[in-house]
Amino acid sequence: MIKVQNLCKSFGPIAAVNGLSFSVERGEILGFLGPNGAGKSTTMRMITGFIPPSSGSVTIGGEDMAEKPIICKRMIGYLPENAPAYTDMTVSEFLQFAAELRGMRGNRTQQAVDRVVEMCSLKTVLHQSIETLSKGFRHRTCFAQAIIHDPDILIMDEPTDGLDPNQKHEIRALIRRMGEEKAIIFSTHILEEVEAVCSRAIIIDRGRIVANGTPQELKNRSETAGAITVRLTGVSTAVANTKLTQLPLVAKTTILEAPAPVASVRVFPKPNGKEGELGLGIYELATREQWKIEELRCEEGRLDDVFRSITLSETATEKSS
Amino acid sequence: MKTITSSWGPIRTIIKRELAGYFASPVAYVFIVIFLLLVGFFTFMVGGFFERGEASLTSFFIWHPWLYLFFLPALGMRLWAEEKRMGTIELLLTMPVTAWQAIVAKFLAAWLFLALTLILTFPLILTVNYLGRPDNGVILSGYVGSLLLGGSYLGVSSMTSAITRNQVISFILSVVICLFLILAGWPPVTDFLTRLLSGSTWLVDTVAACSVMTHFEGFQRGVLDTRDILFFLSIASFGLFTTGVIIRSRRAG
Repeated sequence: MIKVQNLCKSFGPIAAVNGLSFSVERGEILGFLGPNGAGKSTTMRMITGFIPPSSGSVTIGGEDMAEKPIICKRMIGYLPENAPAYTDMTVSEFLQFAAELRGMRGNRTQQAVDRVVEMCSLKTVLHQSIETLSKGFRHRTCFAQAIIHDPDILIMDEPTDGLDPNQKHEIRALIRRMGEEKAIIFSTHILEEVEAVCSRAIIIDRGRIVANGTPQELKNRSETAGAITVRLTGVSTAVANTKLTQLPLVAKTTILEAPAPVASVRVFPKPNGKEGELGLGIYELATREQWKIEELRCEEGRLDDVFRSITLSETATEKSS
Repeated sequence: MKTITSSWGPIRTIIKRELAGYFASPVAYVFIVIFLLLVGFFTFMVGGFFERGEASLTSFFIWHPWLYLFFLPALGMRLWAEEKRMGTIELLLTMPVTAWQAIVAKFLAAWLFLALTLILTFPLILTVNYLGRPDNGVILSGYVGSLLLGGSYLGVSSMTSAITRNQVISFILSVVICLFLILAGWPPVTDFLTRLLSGSTWLVDTVAACSVMTHFEGFQRGVLDTRDILFFLSIASFGLFTTGVIIRSRRAG
């Protein structure tokens, strides 16, 4: 549905986006990650046709955005950053305006407005001016505008920014539900959101893609992925650490902080070890030594770590996939 | 025909929204009330409506270039600056609407608003018709000219509004440009230019030809000259065209 090829954008001498290529199909939810200023918003603005790319192309549903902008824009629903809206209008006027600009007339307009008002729970503020709305309602109003024509493609720039946890949860559920039959791209800094919602994530930094995969694949790139954290009692930290290091499957260990009687150690497996082997090894060691295991946990890897290590490292740009 | 109707749809929607926007805020009411008060003041007090002893609206139309000089930049300054400031321009231009449709629609909305304000000056027409036998054709032509004059100012304001997200800057720039359009044909200025460019009267004439004053004069006398009409329309179109270029180039970064 969305195909981006070699997309570049420079503002004067600064290259904001530098050679992005990716595609999103129906039924996919793509999370767009990256530090501030990485080029997320610029990319989205090019995909939605708000700004023209310096080079490269955007294809929406098989049509080129540069050649047939109107046809492309019809297929897209867009929630810009900070959820702008005409503050002098009421929610219902605003949604009607959006519906009419989308080419709806008469009865269909009202039906479309009713549908999104229901989906975004805007009934209580329908006749309030947007100026007076809280940030959450305002955000949802702009979100409602984006889905008013039930688009095949939905592009959202930080859709949960500034919402409270309940509202975030609601919006995420809505995105997940719509992701079943649409192609969705959304940007965020919140990594848990990517895990909760996306089927695939792209991390961009300084205008380039530095990682592209399912959230699980990305997490596996984390240093701690596959490591095992144990909390033991009945043994001193130093002794536990030495014994654990001597296990044949262990590459290295790190001591974690824990209150006095507890020894807490993170054990990293050798790269060729089989899944589950290390855990079993630690368990057997503990039984032999008569340590009590308080906790034995296999680390999944944290997206935060991956994000940080990728976007902070100097060589990040060379690893681009 | 089909393309005309299909491109008219979004234009109509945007015009509707813009007009509703004027009336949703105090802008519209302040504009109309103050404009009518000032028009009345200048027509009767300064222009000597009664002292002239003639049933005409000459003392009314004569002030329009000057009143518009401040009122229309104030009306036009928000056209694009406001969209930029609020970020709604991103919303508007990612809708299935071309930039031209949006530009024309916003301009037409402001122009229609001006037309509405002019319609509200109808008591003046009633007054002169009550007091004497004016040539209503001349009055009508005066109104047409005034509307065209206003259109050219609004085109300029649309352009300056696209340059900046700051409405004050937009206002000042368009006042300056409109002032130039007035003064270029004002006798003291043309006299000064004649002395400065001694001999080359064609240059002075060229500058003077850019003035809205010379072109507006005909309308006040009841003469609808195609050249004058074209002059105002081309200033307005130039303003709108430049608006498009500016908006496009701003997005191109």
